[in-house]
Amino acid sequence: MRLILDLARGMLSRRRRQTLVSVLGVALGVAFFIAIASLMRGFQTYFVQQVIDVQPHIVIKDETRSPLPQAAELATPDGAVAINGVKPRDRVRGIRAPGDKLAMLEAIPGASAAAILTGAALLRYGSRDVTITVTGIEPAAYARVANLQKDMIHGRLEDLRSAANGLIIGQALATRLGVQMGDSVIAVSPRGVSLQMKIVGIFHTGLVTLDQSAGYALLKVNQTLQDRPNVVNQILLRLADVTQAEPLARQIEARFGDRTESWEEQNANILTVFIIQNAIMYSVTGAILLVAAFGIYNIISTVVFEKTRDIAILKSLGFTEGDIQRLFLVQGMIAGLLGAVLGCVLGQLMIEGLGQVRFGTQTPAGTDRFLMAHDWRIFAVASFFAVASAAFAAVIPARRAARLDPVQVVRGAA
Amino acid sequence: MTAALLAAEGITKRLGEGVTLVSDISLTVTRGEFIAITGPSGSGKSSLLYLLGLLDRPSAGRVLLEGTDTALLSGQDLAALRLARLGFVFQFHFLLPEFSALDNVLIPIRRRGVLKPEAAVARAMALLDALGLADAAAKLPEQLSGGMRQRVAIARALANDPVLLLADEPTGNLDTRNAAAVFDIFARLAAEEGRAVLVVTHDADLARRATRRIHLVDGRIVSDETGMPDMRR
Repeated sequence: MRLILDLARGMLSRRRRQTLVSVLGVALGVAFFIAIASLMRGFQTYFVQQVIDVQPHIVIKDETRSPLPQAAELATPDGAVAINGVKPRDRVRGIRAPGDKLAMLEAIPGASAAAILTGAALLRYGSRDVTITVTGIEPAAYARVANLQKDMIHGRLEDLRSAANGLIIGQALATRLGVQMGDSVIAVSPRGVSLQMKIVGIFHTGLVTLDQSAGYALLKVNQTLQDRPNVVNQILLRLADVTQAEPLARQIEARFGDRTESWEEQNANILTVFIIQNAIMYSVTGAILLVAAFGIYNIISTVVFEKTRDIAILKSLGFTEGDIQRLFLVQGMIAGLLGAVLGCVLGQLMIEGLGQVRFGTQTPAGTDRFLMAHDWRIFAVASFFAVASAAFAAVIPARRAARLDPVQVVRGAA
Repeated sequence: MTAALLAAEGITKRLGEGVTLVSDISLTVTRGEFIAITGPSGSGKSSLLYLLGLLDRPSAGRVLLEGTDTALLSGQDLAALRLARLGFVFQFHFLLPEFSALDNVLIPIRRRGVLKPEAAVARAMALLDALGLADAAAKLPEQLSGGMRQRVAIARALANDPVLLLADEPTGNLDTRNAAAVFDIFARLAAEEGRAVLVVTHDADLARRATRRIHLVDGRIVSDETGMPDMRR
């Protein structure tokens, strides 16, 4: 209603300085929220981007989520069974019927699958020994599920096929062993198989664990090295739509029985940290907005107190309690809205400012600055909460104003 | 005799235990009457005015405005009645300090929302003009003299063309000249435009200019005389 708006504006304009202070309070709350949220969202988005860029989205492993039930437990499902000293059956580990499963997985729209075999090996060059994890891959299939090719500094994945026992290792490992492209190293597996392998490629991912202790060989070669012919122990999956990873992983696990982990599950520890980070951010900025809300409560209370006569006359003129309540609610919301607008501008400035900061360190991921998210939704959420909390803060004084008895006021003034 | 505009039937107002402000008053107001309510302080004259003006509800008895029993109405309905049918003037002008004289007069018109914006402004200007305030329309209340402010307040009370104008010590803060001018306006409003005017005053001289004088003592009517207004100062 125009009249209510005009009255509200008139009343606020009289208390310009106080209004400005409470508007600034809201604006700072909104600005900090926007800046911090953009900072965190930017970092988190970058991290997740890295993860889903480099890692496979779903990993199917050659194990089950819980140990197989024992016969005694199956026989008495409701009984209190305790079994001690169970020796695991010495079965051949590995994913069964990988060919059929791969075919089924490849049939999922937007999905690429690759079977691999991972296993430990000791690399020996001269007098140096380093334990690494060797991953046996099919170069073409693997290139579709993981982005190793972009981190290659010497050679290509395909070069694995060009040598008899080709091996690709990380740059840090190469330095440690003192090997160069084309050198031959001895690889010894825990099963005692020993192979002479030729370095055909060197990569640098920036991730220390990978660069220092990972090696890639052809699947066949690694199967020989690990003495596990025709066995694969992981199937990697890459999806067009990463958000489908978790539900799809659950479906696959239900279907195949193999333990299946989505990238979310594999990075659960860090994603949990993100949740805690967000909770902290929301509490801190929530506290700022709460303080701002008190400022608004304060100014509306003051206005109500000072305007008792005006309230009385408006009521005697025929304004209802609802009109009066709206009149002061609107004032709170005007303050909130002004604060939100100003806060959005300040927040954008803070984002720009933080974006200029340089750390001067070379991090492995190759970034030395804050990664700021530019998301209008952050602005929208901040503005919404500012206006809502301002309206909420104005409710109590507005109700008090609405219930004012004009007779009492007029009597007191006369 | 014209039909009753306002009728009070045995209205009583008590404040808590033992304090009676208005005690069993019955009276009828007809169109065209200019009524002065007088009495010593504490005699309940203001309380009576608030009851008749639907600002307050009686503890007992009822008030009928144009035949409608207001005891049955909700607070919202009462507010609507005040907006459309009643006008108030108080001792203090109670103009909103942030708004010009014109805007103050426009507030009740806009709240009622019957007139279009241009028509509303025209009506407000006409009211101000009739009260000799045409030049003051754009001024803020603080830029006006006490008498002018009170006249703006009267214009605001008349904004929605009320049938009943109620004034509580409207000349309490004015000098003799301005007070007389205000009473002239009231007399004219009652006589020329066929509404009724109810004024509470402690000024016996001014009260003599009314067409009917009601004297209250201790919340009861002790005299109620109708007669030609006494034009002496």
